[in-house]
Amino acid sequence: MAGLSFDNHQRNQFLQSQHNVSVKTTSTGTTIVGIKFDNGVVIAADTRSTQGPIVADKNCEKLHRMSPKIWCAGAGTAADTEAVTQLIGSKLELQQLYSKREPRVVSSLQMLKQHLFKYQGHLGAYLIVAGVDPTGAHLFSCQAHGSTDVGYYQSLGSGSLAAMAVLESEFKMNMTKEEAIKLAADAIEAGIWNDLGSGSNVDICVMEIGKDAELLRNYRTPNVREIKEKSYKFARGTTGILRTEIISEVEIDTSV
Amino acid sequence: MSPQHGSQPIQHQFNPYSDNGGTLLGIAGEDFAILASDTRQSVDYSINTRLSHKIKVISPPVTKEMKLESTDIVGTKNSVLFGTNGFSADGDALTKAFEENWKWYVHDQNSNVETGFEFLNENNEEKESFMSMQSAARNVQHLLYGKRFFPYYVHTILAGLDEEGKGCVYSFDPVGSYEREQCRVGGAGASLIMPFLDNQVNFKNQYIPGTNSTERRKIEYLSLDECLKLVKDAFTSVTERHITVGDGLEIFIIDKNGVRSEYHALKKD
Repeated sequence: MAGLSFDNHQRNQFLQSQHNVSVKTTSTGTTIVGIKFDNGVVIAADTRSTQGPIVADKNCEKLHRMSPKIWCAGAGTAADTEAVTQLIGSKLELQQLYSKREPRVVSSLQMLKQHLFKYQGHLGAYLIVAGVDPTGAHLFSCQAHGSTDVGYYQSLGSGSLAAMAVLESEFKMNMTKEEAIKLAADAIEAGIWNDLGSGSNVDICVMEIGKDAELLRNYRTPNVREIKEKSYKFARGTTGILRTEIISEVEIDTSV
Repeated sequence: MSPQHGSQPIQHQFNPYSDNGGTLLGIAGEDFAILASDTRQSVDYSINTRLSHKIKVISPPVTKEMKLESTDIVGTKNSVLFGTNGFSADGDALTKAFEENWKWYVHDQNSNVETGFEFLNENNEEKESFMSMQSAARNVQHLLYGKRFFPYYVHTILAGLDEEGKGCVYSFDPVGSYEREQCRVGGAGASLIMPFLDNQVNFKNQYIPGTNSTERRKIEYLSLDECLKLVKDAFTSVTERHITVGDGLEIFIIDKNGVRSEYHALKKD
């Protein structure tokens, strides 16, 4: 069967009405940005992933590849940004093979928004879509309910206000690639320091017209942990052994 | 998801509390006690300040002679280290209320005995007396329980020296249930640090090697240096994994020489 399975929806509703339980999802608390420059577009993200107030992953990847030159930065429910990006990425490749044409950013955006609209916001994917194609460099943002935006600079996620503050004060038209990368990294850092949902490192992806896209993983690492004061190695034998059992190896005959 | 929208009236209510995050930690040694906390104050995903003080040193005046011995003294050996964590407005209010009680208590105790009641001071002692940790703890219980049905939303930890000069830590729940302990963590990082301290301070789940797990490792007092290492490692670790903990670490140490304070930077992300 195609699409998502809603088999457990009624059961979960019932469980929630009877007890106070709910499914907790990993959120990419997140700061993500995208900036256009004179000959392309750059996107960036922080690398903290959270489950409530707990840091689930200190160095996760929020930059997703949908095609070699179309990349996506994702905020919101981690599983949704990952799944939706892979699904559209795979459709893009089939379309490319069929039409013998390079995939376009506008097509990926159209597919994303139609998919997300169909699910009425239940897929918590907030994306910044960027890339280069035969028509040039493009930058869009896409909300969970299916609305999209076009612009020279975008920011999304819980740290979007901190990042946008930097973008609004520093952005200028026709920046060089280096200027754009610096601005993107600075905007992400604003999120890392000032938003509790964002943290750790800066990832960057540069898509320049006429060149391969390059992923700059951990472009900045301003949060390296200091060395601990003390070693916590236990002397051998410190942990109690309650029971010992030796299981003998069993040969399994795999011939028919 | 909530029950279907519009199917029932929604009642809106003012919530007088908020969670300001952060962590508070106390360890008692043989002749010293430590009270430490991070200095971040936050609400939801925002940082209010990177340098808030969750611990107050409630101390008799520090004399010039004491300052001569050591310049970084911030309190006498008779001080109460008073720490609160949770809803910081309530923490400040509780700290203020206790400080007031402490001042009046010390004042009353040292004021001259009324004529006719001299037998209460048989030895005619002139010696100044202060508030014992036992009394401080009991007073805090009354302050907290006095608001049993509109509690101070805080986890409180007191540290100081007992009447024998031994280090002591008292910890309280929001409505005044309290206990004297060797160590205690309160606040956001409590569930992450407390098991670590159980293992490293009280040697829980540790057996003596070679005894075939029959003999538990004996508890012994840790040195001040060892305790400070544990405190620093606990805070740098919880900073890694809890979003409301970070920015700075403030440590207060009380021993026979008085109270000292240390500050260490923590990660600011």
